[in-house]
Amino acid sequence: MDEFADRDVDVDQPSRRNFLKGSTAAIGGGIVGVAGLATAAQAQQANNLPPNVPEWMTYPGDDTAHNPYGLPSPYEEHVVRKVLGTPKTYSAASSRTPLQDLDGIITPNGLHYERHHGGIPEIDPAQHRLMIFGLVDRPLVFTMDDLKRFPSVSRIHMMECSGNQSFTATGRNTAQELMGLVSCAEWTGVALKTVLEECGVQSNARWVVAEGADAAAMTRSIPLEKCLDDVILAYSQNGERIRPEQGYPLRIFVPGYEGNMSVKWLRSLQVREEPIYSREETSKYTDLLPDGHSRQFSFMMEAKSIITYPSGGQQLSAQGYHEISGLAWSGYGKIERVEVSVDGGETWQEAQLQDPVLPICLTRFRLPWAWEGEPVTIMSRAIDETGYVQPTLEALLDARGRNSVYHNHAIQPWAIAANGEVSNANA
Amino acid sequence: MRMRDGLLSAAIVLASTAAALADYGIGTPATPEEIAGWNISIGRDGDNLPAGSGDTVAGAEVFEQRCSACHGESGEGGIGDRLVGGQGTLSDERPIKTVGSYWPYATTLFDYIRRAMPLDSPQSLSADEVYAVSAYILMLNGIVDEGTVLDADSLPAIEMPNRDGFVLDDRPDVGQ
Repeated sequence: MDEFADRDVDVDQPSRRNFLKGSTAAIGGGIVGVAGLATAAQAQQANNLPPNVPEWMTYPGDDTAHNPYGLPSPYEEHVVRKVLGTPKTYSAASSRTPLQDLDGIITPNGLHYERHHGGIPEIDPAQHRLMIFGLVDRPLVFTMDDLKRFPSVSRIHMMECSGNQSFTATGRNTAQELMGLVSCAEWTGVALKTVLEECGVQSNARWVVAEGADAAAMTRSIPLEKCLDDVILAYSQNGERIRPEQGYPLRIFVPGYEGNMSVKWLRSLQVREEPIYSREETSKYTDLLPDGHSRQFSFMMEAKSIITYPSGGQQLSAQGYHEISGLAWSGYGKIERVEVSVDGGETWQEAQLQDPVLPICLTRFRLPWAWEGEPVTIMSRAIDETGYVQPTLEALLDARGRNSVYHNHAIQPWAIAANGEVSNANA
Repeated sequence: MRMRDGLLSAAIVLASTAAALADYGIGTPATPEEIAGWNISIGRDGDNLPAGSGDTVAGAEVFEQRCSACHGESGEGGIGDRLVGGQGTLSDERPIKTVGSYWPYATTLFDYIRRAMPLDSPQSLSADEVYAVSAYILMLNGIVDEGTVLDADSLPAIEMPNRDGFVLDDRPDVGQ
């Protein structure tokens, strides 16, 4: 993340609460009781409630396939990706997934987070090529049709931006604003190992340099060992061809590593003895420590979690039963356990994990909870299969200072006020 | 690919089996011309730097015309990153990360400018122009003198102030 893609802003997020308030009249939902809304419109909407026959049952609906590519209900139009503030350059910026509005573990393709360094190119797949060269016996050029002839693999993985969760930004309140640079999809393609073996990797090779066909010619060096393990040359995302924002027609997908390593619009792989020391792995995506040194090649995204309900910007509608729900993930593998505290971190309870629990994948957790109407602070912490426990922000700041920029995977606390309003407890 | 010596004979058997299975015959040989056209990556030792040269005087002109609108008249930053100053601030409360204070290798400057700059027209500068504007940015940072000419030999020889400022990832550091 560049500074301008991750800067402090005060954002007016269309929250669940605002949506419900704003659309009470429109949907005639269960929140009638907001005083002073006894309008003609509301009276009309009441005609759709029991015991009356809803108006939309009284004539045929839209024709089949009137949207050949389906769209969400217009009542969900607030559930969109969001760019924070006003970036200096929209071609080099990021947009965030509305985590608080989604269920399950799969991110719809139109809501997968974005981070671009030179805009979104429009690429004709018939004119796209992948060239593999460098320390290989057979440098080869592949068409998209060539790549689809190889044996395919398909796996569900999360991807997270290294800059997901600022160490210093203020004015962020929702899960989307605070931690929306993580998404999850089923990625289909060919194992990079298969294609590298077709080229014949030479014995002194140690790194593979991936380059994108965007205006930034985005470049990252990936350890060869990782490339021969679980890296995918992906052409599909959740069953359909990868979206332009995700690298159409081809991206390299590097599970568990910071998102920018999964270079989009992939056009070349150079097999080398050394990394290329590109701008993106020297001046950016390096983590400055208090002593003035910087961590380099800090690829792995460590265990992390966030409660998405109740979360910042939402409103508890009533005392009593609520299901706390959230997401956990780790670049190291499977989530072993998620613990939730409803007393500001004093005590922790084990949450239930939704099946399937997959490696390097968003994992949905749930905890039944009764809210007594008192102000509380709730939070979650993830424990992955290596035994790693997600740390507090204080512990991270103690170890890394405030200028690391990347790799903040701290516990996110939410404050619930007596009136049911939920907000960022770190604010 | 990297096998321990003791496992070598077993590895050869496995490798030949894998080779038979992996021989899909998919793809077209890449010609040297095709590779040369697409290989724009420059290593930290300067490998693959093109012919050509440029000095700080020519670089000032390139900077004025193609860079200053975003990076400021003197590289102080604007829409684009700040490029100049900040040396000695990396352990401060508010560190200033620039080409001069943070970038470990001068060769990366050539690599990045050529591939990605200017933002509105990447890969439009000639090799001479990239050498020249690299020299100018390094001069603004006090790393080379005015009049310095950079080429494939002199650029990799430049010692950047933060060359030794990077450490390998030693996480996990917190949370175990």
